[in-house]
Amino acid sequence: MEKVSRLKHVRVRVNGKEYEDVIESRMLLAHFIRERLGMTGTHVGCDTTNCGACTIIFNGRSVKSCSMFAVQADGAEILTIEGLAKDGKLHRIQEEFWNNHGLQCGFCTPGFILQSYWFLKENPNPTEEQVRQGISGNLCRCTGYQNIVKAILEAAKTRVEVPAMM
Amino acid sequence: MLEFRVIPRSFEYVSPSTLEQALNYLNEYGPNSKILAGGQSLIPLMKLRLASPKYVIDINHISDLDYIREDGAWLRIGALTKHHSIETSELLRHKTQIMSEAASLIGDPQVRNNGTIGGSLVHADPAADWGAVIIALGASLRMVSASGERIVNSDDFFVDSLTSAAKSNEILAEIRVPLSSRSGGSYAKLERKSGDFATVGVAAQLSLNSSGVCENAGIGLASVAATSIRARKAEAVLKGKEPTRARIEEAARAASEDSKPTDDPLRGSAEYKRAMVRVFTERALSHALSRAKNME
Repeated sequence: MEKVSRLKHVRVRVNGKEYEDVIESRMLLAHFIRERLGMTGTHVGCDTTNCGACTIIFNGRSVKSCSMFAVQADGAEILTIEGLAKDGKLHRIQEEFWNNHGLQCGFCTPGFILQSYWFLKENPNPTEEQVRQGISGNLCRCTGYQNIVKAILEAAKTRVEVPAMM
Repeated sequence: MLEFRVIPRSFEYVSPSTLEQALNYLNEYGPNSKILAGGQSLIPLMKLRLASPKYVIDINHISDLDYIREDGAWLRIGALTKHHSIETSELLRHKTQIMSEAASLIGDPQVRNNGTIGGSLVHADPAADWGAVIIALGASLRMVSASGERIVNSDDFFVDSLTSAAKSNEILAEIRVPLSSRSGGSYAKLERKSGDFATVGVAAQLSLNSSGVCENAGIGLASVAATSIRARKAEAVLKGKEPTRARIEEAARAASEDSKPTDDPLRGSAEYKRAMVRVFTERALSHALSRAKNME
């Protein structure tokens, strides 16, 4: 049996780039992304798996990175908010959050955008009700959700018109 | 940088790639260890330091525990299957709608993307949804250990609040659901808000014979006792009888008597919950009945 240790070597691909580090087993993935990788777009809001501000895409699935250990990411492929814009051009979901004023203070926004990214891949042509269900794991204290829902519905439409964008 | 963070106690982490390896670790570390599946209960508990295992055995690298298969008269579901896979499985939508429905009501989308049916069952939270569902379905659970395996009936699986029948050297490997034709089910959940634990959850599965008589009725209740429980009096009202509207109402009243809720400041009084067990049992049974009829 392999020797166990509280320190672990991890190698992970984040936004297309490979990173390696030696970390404590108990380090949470959200803290790893923020403090070791220096990508502070992933926010820690409630730290109790409720608010969704720490949402990232982990091997193609949206997850709450405050509720995973960084060691679990060994060998994984991760997308954070920093990886969404390409060549200085915002992703269509980011565009639509901007166009529809889908944010005020912006703290929850990275989580909402990544959850929307996963949701629209699963459900490219959603109803408003489905959008509301799809973002039920994310909390926003500013907007009352109206403009967030509008932004996601608009992003879904943009996709139909410009299929090459995703 | 001064920052408030919620961090678990230190532990040693292993990530076996086969079930055999995982069982060997479990044999060695026993009660000092915890199995990490989806982590959506374990990690929050560890962050709050309500659980502080010395060893965490991550089973996510074991590839043959994540599947949904039809096998003759049984459905076999690997313990590592995510709630989201159950929610979106075409096979389950046709065979056991109660499972698709229950899965869609668990936590929130991100939690369903990570959480697993096996992890939820072994965690044995009385407020969780799967316990009531597997009781209603009469499912059984395949437990494996280094020394062999055994099958545990869903009725014997929930021992107490947060305590399942899994021994410290065992891993839940598979959930087996018996299939029958002319059978339909539904899970009805009362929650304060989207994503909350159930205030009351009712799982109902009805099987009809060719003349429409109820051959079998399975009713499981969530969040209204120290464990997920079977509503036996309610089932007895329906078994061997035609499930008329009056009988469904009578069964719903019986389910309310079967329940043993407690007052809680967050989700309401015992009296309120008992009243809601009646309402939600009626709803679950009505849906189950119309689905069973549609299976004909």
